[in-house]
Amino acid sequence: MIAFFGDIHSNLQALEACLEDAAHQGASRYVFLGDFVGYGGDPVPVLTRISQMCASGAVAVKGNHDDMAGDFDRDMNASAARAAKWTREQLSPEHRVFLDSLPLTYADADRLYVHGDASEPEKWRYVSNCDGARDSFDACSARIIVCGHVHQPAIYSLRADSQLSRFVPEPDCPVPLLKSRRWHVVLPSVGQPRDDNPLSGYALYDEATCEIAFRRIPYDIDAAASQIIKAGLPSGLASRLYRGR
Amino acid sequence: MRADDLETGMVIDGFTVGDLIHRGGMALLWRCTHPEIPFALLMKVPKLGEHEDPATIVSFEMEQMILPRIKGLHVPKTFGIGDFAKRPYVVMEEISGPTLLPKLKNLPLPPDEVARIGALLATALDSLHRQNVIHLDIKPSNVLFRPSGEAVLIDYGLSHHSQLPDLMAEQFRLPYGTAPYMAPEQVLGVRNYRRSDIFALGVLLYFFATAVRPFGDPQSLKGLKERLWRDPIPPRRWRNDIPAWLQEVILRCLEPNPELRYPTAAQLAFDLKNPDQIPLTARASKMRQDGWFTAMRRKNSAETYAPAKKLATQSKFASAPIIVVAVGPKSIDGPLGVALRDKLANTLDATPQARVVAMTILRDNDGPLDLNGLASSGNRHVARIVALRHWAKPLGLRDQAISFHVPEAANPAEAILEYARANHVDHIIMGARAESTIRNILGSVSAQVAAHAPCTVTVVRQREWPVFDGPQLLQDDATAKAAQ
Repeated sequence: MIAFFGDIHSNLQALEACLEDAAHQGASRYVFLGDFVGYGGDPVPVLTRISQMCASGAVAVKGNHDDMAGDFDRDMNASAARAAKWTREQLSPEHRVFLDSLPLTYADADRLYVHGDASEPEKWRYVSNCDGARDSFDACSARIIVCGHVHQPAIYSLRADSQLSRFVPEPDCPVPLLKSRRWHVVLPSVGQPRDDNPLSGYALYDEATCEIAFRRIPYDIDAAASQIIKAGLPSGLASRLYRGR
Repeated sequence: MRADDLETGMVIDGFTVGDLIHRGGMALLWRCTHPEIPFALLMKVPKLGEHEDPATIVSFEMEQMILPRIKGLHVPKTFGIGDFAKRPYVVMEEISGPTLLPKLKNLPLPPDEVARIGALLATALDSLHRQNVIHLDIKPSNVLFRPSGEAVLIDYGLSHHSQLPDLMAEQFRLPYGTAPYMAPEQVLGVRNYRRSDIFALGVLLYFFATAVRPFGDPQSLKGLKERLWRDPIPPRRWRNDIPAWLQEVILRCLEPNPELRYPTAAQLAFDLKNPDQIPLTARASKMRQDGWFTAMRRKNSAETYAPAKKLATQSKFASAPIIVVAVGPKSIDGPLGVALRDKLANTLDATPQARVVAMTILRDNDGPLDLNGLASSGNRHVARIVALRHWAKPLGLRDQAISFHVPEAANPAEAILEYARANHVDHIIMGARAESTIRNILGSVSAQVAAHAPCTVTVVRQREWPVFDGPQLLQDDATAKAAQ
């Protein structure tokens, strides 16, 4: 069983809750799909946890918020840029090295992991509709592409005659990724859900049955929100956690 | 990838291929065996040729996703799924009982037989619907029976599962289905509404009762759309031995507006099993089709198409449980009767589509009512029905929403449980009398029902308040002594 975590955004409480659930569900491999930091109030412990897991075999790819060389003033809105600036001040050189060393994509059997899309990973494009998914499919040959970045879960499927469809699965309902098709999985967000559901989200994939299920996990939102306030970050970043927006 | 190169004797993933037993439009059926599975198996293989219809692949993909996810006696059990990348197949148990097809030679069937088959099919549909599956291709050739009698629905290639991607919906603009049986909203492309299956079952019942298909077998989209505005000839016009209740049931299933059909297959099964409790409406006595002018007006009215359009934009269906409320003969007029009625009213607020059965169990040892001398069993029965009707009156329910039932039984709890099991009841509401030591020792009816019911049970009790537990008043003491 592979556990996929996307868009953690320095939310330690959400990450720990999801990791605990994944272990309980029998996950044996862990994949982190980028955006470990930004927005949230606990970048240091989150990066410590993920870098430790990567040292013992977990896989991680880089997200736009993890790109320390990036020009965040241009690419981000005001509160995201403020959080990014604060985040950079917190990180140790080791953490910066860890983030800089992350690849943009990672190929694993018939799967490709990327934060944004497969067509131009460094441009951080959103797979938020069928057109976006098609560009991503066209750019690689992986049967299954797993990404984050959107913060709203969805599954796209591509038939051999290039018909595309979109589906939003309910939590805990396994969807078989039939081998007759290609699939693009957009993960829910661990640390800042935006699909009107404040529960933290990750995915579990069973390699034997090719089934993927999204899990939604309750966590201590109060603690995560108070860390954001304590760090002096915009209060909207804390209140949105309660709304899942 | 070639799928039609199977031969008898080949071994595929442990399954040994036997004889080819059926060559259908989209798939072939082979018998097969597996050393670890001790019963007869079938291997279904899609017909993939050079001129393959994309629908063949998609419907086989749907079946591969849906079949392994549904359970119970009303579907064939799945034993293996073959990968499309290598060789697509589904291996399932072979159902050895009879099919519905031989019945087609003897149409029309007697009304009781139509109702019996209808109830079996509605029960099977209910089981599917409760597992989030809408079949969307109910017709005689997709129905088998187990030797034990249960109906088994096969062929899920056109089905919809509310928790899985609907590969059919997104890829084909034209409706897929079987022309005589397709529900009007299905004709307009709606695939997520379970009452479409109730329409198809209504077509089947009509066909079995009259030997005529209510909407013929149209071959064009225009012809298919006719069922939205052209009402069928009432079944009793074909055969005057069809009882009014059966026509009521069939025409309710065939309502073009899905909101007017039975809200659930369980409620349809309930009516077919309890024909004497079906409230008859104008449908039951209708003897001819609406006039051509009326039909044309419907054809040209936007209202005719509105329900299907509304459905196309909503995915959730209203909940429509069957609720049994058991009212004790002694408590019906007291505060407990009122509390039960209030609880039922609250429940109905949340589920306005519910079907209610108000029930009083007559116990052999229940003395005569205060009806001086009218204690014979028949009169007791009528009196209890009257009392129940009176009790239910403040609820203001339509006749179709409530029925009354007064069975005789030595063991009331067992009678309620039996009724709930036989009629797929979703919710039992019943009263419990105040706590007492004797009750705690012997066990109450409500405790028995709550412990063994196949569904939700709400036990209603009057609010009890703490009583004075100190030394008794002298006066009471004296009275007690005097009584001894």
